[in-house]
Amino acid sequence: MSKSAYSAPGKKGKFDKHIIVVWVDNEAGVLARVVGLFSGRGYNIESLAVAEVDAKLNISRITIVTTGTPQVIEQIKLQLRKLVPVHKVADFKREDKNVIFKEMALFKLVGNISKRKKAFNACKKYNAVLLDKTNKSYVVQVTALRREIDIMSKNLKKLGLVSVSRTGAVAMTRGAEIFK
Amino acid sequence: MSKLSTGAEIVFKCLEDQNVEFIFGYPGGAVLPIYDELKNHSSIKHILVRHEQGAGHAAEGYARSSGKPGVVLVTSGPGATNVVTALTDAYMDSIPLICISGQVPTHLIGTDAFQECDTTGITRPCTKHNWLVKDIKDLSKIIHEAFEVATTGRPGPVLVDIPKDIQFQKATYSKPKRKNKLNGKRHNNFNQKDIDELIKLMSKASKPIFYTGGGVINSGPRASVLLRELVDATGFPITSTLQGLGSFPGDDNSFLGMLGMHGTYEANNAMHDCDLMINIGARFDDRITGKIDEFSPKSKKVHIDIDPSSINKNVKVDLPIIGDVQDVISSTLKTIKKAKPNFSNSNKQKISKWWEQIQKWREKKSLDYVNSTETIKPQYAVQRLYELTKGKDTYITTEVGQHQMWAAQHYKFDKPNRWMTSGGLGTMGYGLPAAVGVQIAHPKKLVIDIAGEASVLMTMQEMSTAVQYNLPIKIFILNNEYMGMVRQWQELLHDKNYSESYTAALPDFVKLAEAYGCVGIRATNPNELDDKIIEMLNTDRPVIFDCLVDKQENCFPMIPSGKPHNQMLLGPKDQEQNKITGKGKTLV
Repeated sequence: MSKSAYSAPGKKGKFDKHIIVVWVDNEAGVLARVVGLFSGRGYNIESLAVAEVDAKLNISRITIVTTGTPQVIEQIKLQLRKLVPVHKVADFKREDKNVIFKEMALFKLVGNISKRKKAFNACKKYNAVLLDKTNKSYVVQVTALRREIDIMSKNLKKLGLVSVSRTGAVAMTRGAEIFK
Repeated sequence: MSKLSTGAEIVFKCLEDQNVEFIFGYPGGAVLPIYDELKNHSSIKHILVRHEQGAGHAAEGYARSSGKPGVVLVTSGPGATNVVTALTDAYMDSIPLICISGQVPTHLIGTDAFQECDTTGITRPCTKHNWLVKDIKDLSKIIHEAFEVATTGRPGPVLVDIPKDIQFQKATYSKPKRKNKLNGKRHNNFNQKDIDELIKLMSKASKPIFYTGGGVINSGPRASVLLRELVDATGFPITSTLQGLGSFPGDDNSFLGMLGMHGTYEANNAMHDCDLMINIGARFDDRITGKIDEFSPKSKKVHIDIDPSSINKNVKVDLPIIGDVQDVISSTLKTIKKAKPNFSNSNKQKISKWWEQIQKWREKKSLDYVNSTETIKPQYAVQRLYELTKGKDTYITTEVGQHQMWAAQHYKFDKPNRWMTSGGLGTMGYGLPAAVGVQIAHPKKLVIDIAGEASVLMTMQEMSTAVQYNLPIKIFILNNEYMGMVRQWQELLHDKNYSESYTAALPDFVKLAEAYGCVGIRATNPNELDDKIIEMLNTDRPVIFDCLVDKQENCFPMIPSGKPHNQMLLGPKDQEQNKITGKGKTLV
């Protein structure tokens, strides 16, 4: 007999990556409610992006990248919908071809000009923008997928990358439809 | 221009318009303006508790026994932190509470001011929603919304934190607006197709069972009436969770008793072997399911619940029906009457074998115990209490532990809202203040807290409240000097290492009763038990009843943790040799 008043854990299901988009009233504490729900119930947050999207209606859009079993993902959505300031919740699978996911990153590169140019060229396929230039340094902005930024930040190390700042993913469906 | 009211006045105008009759509270610096305003509102009576946790549990008892929300008023800082246990308790058991807390003045928030704490931060995970009022213009709207959030959908606690300066400021008061939907949150989300599917499953089933919970009680007394009709119309057996007791008569032949960890043999085996499980307003709690992987492996499962997040949370179900229990049963009954008026009779043959099997399980008499002529067995005490109070429309509250399970097993309820117990959170110290709240709601009724001596000491100070308001609550303590449930687990699972579960110094409860200004009664042997209980019932004052019971009795039957429903541990008529002897006890 188990020495616990609780049952042992059952079988674990397969983990999937999902992007959850939540439309909320932009009021004090709303982010704490959403994030607290995740930490309190033991759900993961891989990345988080939040900003007001409708100043008139006072609506913010929160995009959360998370992993979990299908049952956990279902619970996340249902629990989020119970929060009073939550208006709607959308859920996209990472593999969903119908959804665009983007992250932005800022790279600070320090080194000689040839190294920096090489680095900037490598960034070009990710919509690179040169935001700041001194005789020692560059600040470059890229927008890309999470794994692409992961690879870039690794590869640019040898080309003088000294600092990385990146956002969480934001998502939007393709085509004319919007999520109701 | 319309009249301006202070924040404190607005609080009371809101409470008046929400038909609040009682608030349970405790004053302090940050709520003084509200307390100052109390005298101008004669329709609202304030009940002064002795500790804010007591206010919370009293409000819970009030709410559960009356069907109305409970209102709590506390000060900032320690006032708010003391009520957190009660809020969490109400959150777990879905009890509507509105807690109003004072806060330090707006300009001091965040400065670690005297009696400041982040009340909305602390209570965020244990309320359905909470508000910090930053602008006096929002106050009336927020309080009305608080009542709506607490009482609609799956009920629960809410908190409104009001800084002291806001209580002084002035604004126009606005009346509540009735809304059908709260921010798009719907209550009923089922259609006739779901009901038809349910009836199809019901007519196919040969081993069906209703598994009912607190949702039936929360849905209102009408839901319990309809549940009885549904059981009548189908002839199906029914079992109930701890929280659902009373929604169906406990002495009816269709009732298999409570299920779960300390449920009856017949209820748990029927849950394990059934081919159709109809969950009405219960949530597949871990004390109910036992080992999830082996939970009722052969059944189709239907889950009726008002809270969509309860569906598939612990157990995957085949047919979810999201709605208020009362509305779902009502639709189901209408459809049965229309489509299958002869349902019960046509079905009788089909489920007769199932009833035979249930009868066999029943013959195990799993609630039996070995009685004694020398010591009072706790089960016997509850049975005698039941026999001597039945027909008196008694309200029972409990603390948490063995006594709670014995009360659930041996006290039979036949009406909803008569049974108040902390099930989800399992809060020792719940029952005494809850009894205070119940007696406030029902001044003429008999209210008994079936208690354990360890639990009741956690909130004993509320006896003083009971005396102040002449509340003749009866605290019926099954005193075994142990934290009995802890002792039981230690006996069964930790090689009888009774680590810190024996209370070596207990107060004399009779003298304690006298010190509080109420009546103390002690029963020491089975021969005098009935007379003493009758003496208690005839006392029209608060009573502490010290019932000295067998110290080693264990609560059976039980599902050991990690086991499925069909592997229950039954009551040991033959385990007497395993008792701790008098000598052994001194070693504890």
